[in-house]
Amino acid sequence: MKKTMYEKIWDSHFVHQEPGQAPLLYVDRHLMHEVTSPQAFEGLRTAKRKVRNPSSILATMDHCVPTKNRDLPIADPIAKKQIETMAENCEENGLNLYDMDSPDNGVIHVVVPEHGFVHPGMVVVCGDSHTATHGAFGALAFGIGTSEVEHVMATQTLPQQKSKTMLVQVNGKLSKHCTAKDIALAIVGVTGTAGGTGYVIEYAGEAIETLSMEGRMTVCNMAIEAGARAGMVAPDQKTFDFLEGKEFAPKAEHLETALSYWKSLVTDEGAEFDATITLDASKISPQVTWGTSPEQVVGVNSVVPAPASFENKGKSLACEGALKYMDLEPNTKITDINIDYVFIGSCTNGRIEDFRDAAAIAKGTKVADGVTAIAVPGSFHVKIQAEKEGIDQIFKDAGWEWREPGCSMCLAMNGDELKDGQRCASTSNRNFEGRQGKGGRTHLVSPAMAAAAAAAGHFVDISKLG
Amino acid sequence: MEQYKKHESIAALMNRNNVDTDQIIPKQFLKKVERTGFGIHLFHDWRYNADGVTDNPEFELNKPAFKGAKVLVAGDNFGCGSSREHAPWALADFGFNTIISTSYADIFYNNCFKNGILAIKVNEEQLASLMEEINANEGVSFSVDLENQKITTPAGNGFSFEIDPFRKDNMLRGLDDIGLTLEHETKITEYEEQHKKRFPWLWA
Repeated sequence: MKKTMYEKIWDSHFVHQEPGQAPLLYVDRHLMHEVTSPQAFEGLRTAKRKVRNPSSILATMDHCVPTKNRDLPIADPIAKKQIETMAENCEENGLNLYDMDSPDNGVIHVVVPEHGFVHPGMVVVCGDSHTATHGAFGALAFGIGTSEVEHVMATQTLPQQKSKTMLVQVNGKLSKHCTAKDIALAIVGVTGTAGGTGYVIEYAGEAIETLSMEGRMTVCNMAIEAGARAGMVAPDQKTFDFLEGKEFAPKAEHLETALSYWKSLVTDEGAEFDATITLDASKISPQVTWGTSPEQVVGVNSVVPAPASFENKGKSLACEGALKYMDLEPNTKITDINIDYVFIGSCTNGRIEDFRDAAAIAKGTKVADGVTAIAVPGSFHVKIQAEKEGIDQIFKDAGWEWREPGCSMCLAMNGDELKDGQRCASTSNRNFEGRQGKGGRTHLVSPAMAAAAAAAGHFVDISKLG
Repeated sequence: MEQYKKHESIAALMNRNNVDTDQIIPKQFLKKVERTGFGIHLFHDWRYNADGVTDNPEFELNKPAFKGAKVLVAGDNFGCGSSREHAPWALADFGFNTIISTSYADIFYNNCFKNGILAIKVNEEQLASLMEEINANEGVSFSVDLENQKITTPAGNGFSFEIDPFRKDNMLRGLDDIGLTLEHETKITEYEEQHKKRFPWLWA
């Protein structure tokens, strides 16, 4: 039988199925952060259970960590306790933790690939919906809840129902200044936030193949915004080259076996998907969300839609509610929307390539009057690399704040947040109401679009730049 | 986990689609290291006035008629967004043990069943008639029978619903998933031995 990559990984991780129960799937890698793990450790302790395979776990602190004055104690006592609890739990169970002072610290989905901790063909979980990021390596990676975090720690398995498969084929080439983020947003615009529910997505086609590993991570990262728990890309030479020499990559004596296994994971020609969506990359323009759901997205050269333009009653009502929250009038040109804040960072767009893209636009500009712009690297490694390349200086010269790594304003748990009514051009992944601060208004864009908006004070069609 | 068999309760209505977990439990409340006490923060940004303390009378769950509701009837794609289990913890702590909608985000749906919340899927027409019944008679009680997979209402709505037999059995018996899995520990160990041979680089 011809199989998709998802089916191959599923089959190789199937442990057992008891009649009347869900299949048990084996978990190779378990990623952790401070927010969704403490109650799982507490559960283990209460039940007197142990972590089955501590070496399968890599943990970091990212959601609550401050992005400035890191040498001072955390001011928020509840966040401080959560950070301390993470450290205690990792110490007690012998887990590998990149704590706040570690040179390897950063956002979980940024640091894990930096160390080659995820390989093709693995099953990877994390108490975080953006775990799909690691599908970029041809792994089955998905987010789980805290009860499941506890389950995986205790058993190294998860009861799972098999998902349906969806092929998202992105043909052709991206135009200049269009990026992986624009592909990701354009896909959510087509599927809606529930279109991928119950599916695992495989992204394929020329536009995906030509993306860097960082770009593929950006696309897979937002699979959850289309409703899919996991998104994946077939491993190829770029994948293998990226992993080569990294700390947790296969050692020389196993490399050949690993490589031949990885190459066998690719979806068989003629294998069937339960659904297929096709996009033409050359028609994707720089994307900007206008509403409070990632599916409420248009090209930058477009206008804010009117509720009446949606045939579906639910979508029409959602548009009305979103425009009210976002304080936008229908038919306003996207390029006429003024912004107060710019955030570059997050597990979606906090990698070195993202800062290079943004710096290319920010170079020689000045942040517009009244606009605050912050650049938050996804990890210390990204930060140091950017500083080596002089990228920090470009941002500082342009009037940006150059911060320490963390999730920061993607979900605004650490104190970096919008004030009521402020409008932000953000490279993060969710524009939900209040996500970046109560009453804050988020427009999701690529790093290059964010940098252009910072300089102009409003959105700019960067495809018209040279 | 508490067993779930049959419940009758006031059904509260949230006629909104795509209610995301950031609304169910905003991020400022995710810093706790316990599983309990999230109920007072449920839907915080919608539920309270700007002072964060007094009730916002505009918010549907603040209607006196919905007080004490254990059943929540909601629009499509309920629980989308973040994986935070704090969302079902908050819903359960507030008092809900049943949600009725057409669809749920996958992770949220799983999380509900781990916390004794029965998340029922009905079709669009069924949801519309349940919503209509609540609108016509706020404070109405619905009866949910998990054993027979049935919802019945005073106005004569009566629907069967589908549910995975494994989830149903666990809810009926109030079973702990981990204990259930560990009954197969020898199978896991056997698998692990093969895994080590097949993927030696993962264990090096």
